[in-house]
Amino acid sequence: MAEHRNQPSGLAIWLGVSDNTFTRQKTVKFGDASAVNSGRLWSIVTVAVLLAAWWVATVGGVLDPIYWPPLEGGLYPWDDPDRAKPGVVDRFGSLIVEGYRNISFGEHIWTSVKRVLLGVFFGALVGIPLGFAMGLNSVARGLLDPVVEFIRPIPPLALIPLVILWLGIDEVAKTFLLFLAALFIMLIAARAGVGSVRISKVHAAYSLGASRAQVLRHVILPNALPEIFTGLRTSMGVCWGTLVAAELVAADRGVGSMMMIAKNFLQTEVVVIGIIIIGAIGFAIEMLMRVLEGWLIPWKGKG
Amino acid sequence: MDGLVIDDVSMVFTLPNGGEVHALEDVSLHLEPGELLAVLGPSGCGKTTLLNIIAGFLAPTSGQALLNGHRVTGPHKERGMVFQQGALFEWMTVAENVGFGPRMGGAPRAEIAEKVERLLGIVALREFADKPVYQLSGGMQQRVALARCLANDPDVILMDEPLGALDALTREKMQGLVLKLWKETGRTIILITHSVEEALFLGERLVVMAPRPGRIHKEYTLPFADQGVDGDAREIKVQPEFISTREEILSMIWEMEEEIMGGDETG
Repeated sequence: MAEHRNQPSGLAIWLGVSDNTFTRQKTVKFGDASAVNSGRLWSIVTVAVLLAAWWVATVGGVLDPIYWPPLEGGLYPWDDPDRAKPGVVDRFGSLIVEGYRNISFGEHIWTSVKRVLLGVFFGALVGIPLGFAMGLNSVARGLLDPVVEFIRPIPPLALIPLVILWLGIDEVAKTFLLFLAALFIMLIAARAGVGSVRISKVHAAYSLGASRAQVLRHVILPNALPEIFTGLRTSMGVCWGTLVAAELVAADRGVGSMMMIAKNFLQTEVVVIGIIIIGAIGFAIEMLMRVLEGWLIPWKGKG
Repeated sequence: MDGLVIDDVSMVFTLPNGGEVHALEDVSLHLEPGELLAVLGPSGCGKTTLLNIIAGFLAPTSGQALLNGHRVTGPHKERGMVFQQGALFEWMTVAENVGFGPRMGGAPRAEIAEKVERLLGIVALREFADKPVYQLSGGMQQRVALARCLANDPDVILMDEPLGALDALTREKMQGLVLKLWKETGRTIILITHSVEEALFLGERLVVMAPRPGRIHKEYTLPFADQGVDGDAREIKVQPEFISTREEILSMIWEMEEEIMGGDETG
């Protein structure tokens, strides 16, 4: 009976202080990427050090609150009474309770999220059929290719001046900008999805008596779904980035506009909260899409 | 005429540089209903091209394929195909894959369910009916592919190296299954394979093809498939006649391969 002394605890493995058995027994570790554990303890250290540095720097008066807000507000003994500032934590509480500029905090966020969802929705609605047409038909490919290849490398932000000229700065303008951003991503994803179908699957379907419409519906479409979903994920991310920038340029509500207004009043803590919210929502969107992907297309990569 | 007729089929591909590849030249064959033909040959001998022509995926540049007197012009459910791995629909369950053909044809639900149940019983996969196909092993997936093909009751079953990607043990078991299905269903089967042993064991008739241009080099009529239906595969494969035929064909293919290599070196 072999001895198994000094088994590391589950906590130690979770923290990344010890390796699990599969890694522990490996003799070659440098160069084997799967032997690098999460190092979670060090992540905790990083976050703690950053927060501590933030607290010390603002409480200690190293950072001017105009450039970087304190975590907690209040008037410190060494502060100039005129420069007393609310902290991020206090402001976050008041944003949730009172909203910002007569618009509730939730509505600022929902406005931004709604614009992204609408843009991606319409982008997918138009982009997927066009991508399928390009992947399945030479005429469609020939007709659309010059347009797609020309517009593809243009960052959506470069279209903002033109969109403002055409549509002004209202909801339609923003949704249209995001629609353009999503359209080409979805189109290219759908085209790639069609192109990735293995010819033996198409042949098998025809040999089993399927019609062209049935091959499209039961073979080409499901085969393209993983790529389409990757396109959706990408366009969500790109639209989120594009939107915040668009709101910075012109908008009266939404997370980006909230930050721009706050900047004018030197409310740095609102700007910082906006940055945190943008990061958190972008992260949440990505996570949600991953969960949906695993649930809706479990066969991804299994062909 | 009943059965499958390959009538003087040639296939010439034109290359971008103007050159020509004679994938098939004047190939003629006649298969009676219920015959099992194995096709063997070195790579580039046109055996897959021939199968694709019979399946209706390719039109020959001259000649024609006829099934029961009518000309093959495209894929049709009368000619089922079993591919090498990767042709199952991974977004469907095992049962949905098997029922695909009847479902596309608009058969009633109950009839499809009954048929799927019966076929999954034959290939011994009944308890996997509701599993997604990607959770099955390679051998099981090929059994699904066989059942899916049989669900349409095709007159001819075309097999393009269906066992090529399987390990040796699974492969032997699958050979037994193919023989059993052949005997029970009485279908015409054309099997393309790289394995001389497999061709000898399964082919009631066997055609060895030669490359450049792709053509029929030699034809055999063999007793082993009939013996294999009830007999022991191991015993059949050590018979002196089995071994001598195997050696004959192996050296035949070796010579062809060497000719190709020599041609490449000088050309």
